Amino acid sequence: MRKYVLDLTLKSNERLREGYFLLKLTDGNPLPPMEPGQFAELKVDGSETTFLRRPISINYVDEQQNEVWFLVHEVGDGTRRLGTLVAGDRLNVVLPLGHGFTMPSSASERYLLVGGGVGTAPLLYMGKRMAEAGCRPTFLLGGRSAGDLMQLDMFRALGDVCITTEDGSAGERGFVTHHSVLSAASFDRIAVCGPKPMMKAVAAYARSKGTECEVSLENMMACGVGACLCCVEKTTEGHVCVCKEGPVFNINRLLWQ
Amino acid sequence: MAVDLSVNIGDLFLKNPVMTASGTFGYGLEFADFIPLEALGGIIVKGTTLHPREGNPYPRMVETPQGMLNCVGLQNKGVDYFCSHIYPQIKDINTNMIVNVSGSCPEDYAECAERINELECIPAIELNISCPNVKQGGMAFGVTAEGAASVVKAVRAVYDKTLIVKLSPNVTDIAGIARSVEDAGADAVSLINTLMGMVIDIERRRPVLSISTGGLSGPAVRPIAVRMVWQVAQAVKIPVVGLGGIMNARDAVEFLLAGASAIEIGTANFIDPTVTLKVIRGIEDYLERHGCRSVREIIGAMEC
Repeated sequence: MRKYVLDLTLKSNERLREGYFLLKLTDGNPLPPMEPGQFAELKVDGSETTFLRRPISINYVDEQQNEVWFLVHEVGDGTRRLGTLVAGDRLNVVLPLGHGFTMPSSASERYLLVGGGVGTAPLLYMGKRMAEAGCRPTFLLGGRSAGDLMQLDMFRALGDVCITTEDGSAGERGFVTHHSVLSAASFDRIAVCGPKPMMKAVAAYARSKGTECEVSLENMMACGVGACLCCVEKTTEGHVCVCKEGPVFNINRLLWQ
Repeated sequence: MAVDLSVNIGDLFLKNPVMTASGTFGYGLEFADFIPLEALGGIIVKGTTLHPREGNPYPRMVETPQGMLNCVGLQNKGVDYFCSHIYPQIKDINTNMIVNVSGSCPEDYAECAERINELECIPAIELNISCPNVKQGGMAFGVTAEGAASVVKAVRAVYDKTLIVKLSPNVTDIAGIARSVEDAGADAVSLINTLMGMVIDIERRRPVLSISTGGLSGPAVRPIAVRMVWQVAQAVKIPVVGLGGIMNARDAVEFLLAGASAIEIGTANFIDPTVTLKVIRGIEDYLERHGCRSVREIIGAMEC
């Protein structure tokens, strides 16, 4: 897919919860095509400690409003700076980057989308594209407590939503891999985005069931286009760039046990 | 009146002095969506070795104030793969496609260079005797005048096109090393490669990078690079290619004034994939503002 460097205009910056904000960006021209699971490199201005762009997954694309959304977790000064942007500000963005999730092969495919924390972000756009293709996915979303779960109304409009929280304040108590839906239902395909231990646990579940499973990695990146070879993951084919070959990988390509 | 941006590096003609640094621009193709590659003076592609190399384990990169450290470790699929799979994809790009060549002994460098010598559309190589991230070879050759000369002599014996030698800044006397590679037959030198550095995760009390140390690049190193280019340009008669933290046209002109005949842009490509075009335009603007008809008028034109 063709990649672009664009100066987008911020329409809104909404704080969804402490430490997390949603940037909605638009452009005078129609935004380029983007696939669920792909990401963008956001330029950070005005931070003394931030030199590189910040890779952020595509949360949602609203074609009617010509908007692309990024759900950002404040981790350091760079992401904190992005959080100070206000409507009307310009943000330089390189997108779309990498390869996204595999779309269902048929409308009847039973697809489970598993997300933890800010890892739920790319699953929203995935759900939207699946709904457009006539599929109704099952979302399995996990957090430490009820307040961690974001954009739930939008997820509920696109599929069946299952929730786990570690403190039991919403949904079932425990980790996503403890949810009863995993024993009650069977799935043809699973996509996962979240903390690595969570993705490994879901990958182990998928292996035990013989289910196709893709995970989205977030290795530290510099260039975002496969030029610098910094963000490599060791795979069955040796070191490959997460930014270019991924960030979404079939678990069969990874050396995870 | 159009300004003449062309320069020569030995027998190599560059339509403008702006090239991309090895390891920061892939094989050029990675940036083809962002800029017309033929607009560049040259593209120096990823370091290539005689045998395939897996590179170092992850993590390989850490951001630093005004820069970054990397310890990629020359990951590449080897010269055979380059010749059979990469070369056909890049040979028709209408600019100087230059291959960065590395190795772990003079014989490996020479064999790799000999293979690339046969490729019609590769007019030059950049000999990497300065990679700080590999255990054997790499920088080991670049830190002594004898070691540097031994590799250059071995390659010169089998390579008859333009031979650029990339120097390490991790030395006490870079001008002395530049003179030794000039004497050994180099057509040009390029400098600087990265400066060896280290970042520690203080909570875990461990180095951040997988092999502890890495090479520092970005604007943090630029004043060191400018100083070294200036010293080397006075010490040798062959052309000097300057690089190290160039982020914009001002920085590029600084290197030209210090004595560089051409420049390479590296880490800046990660922050702005179109930066090379902006630098070319900015150099042109500078020359017009200063009433110069050719970029050659400002090479080494710093007044002391």
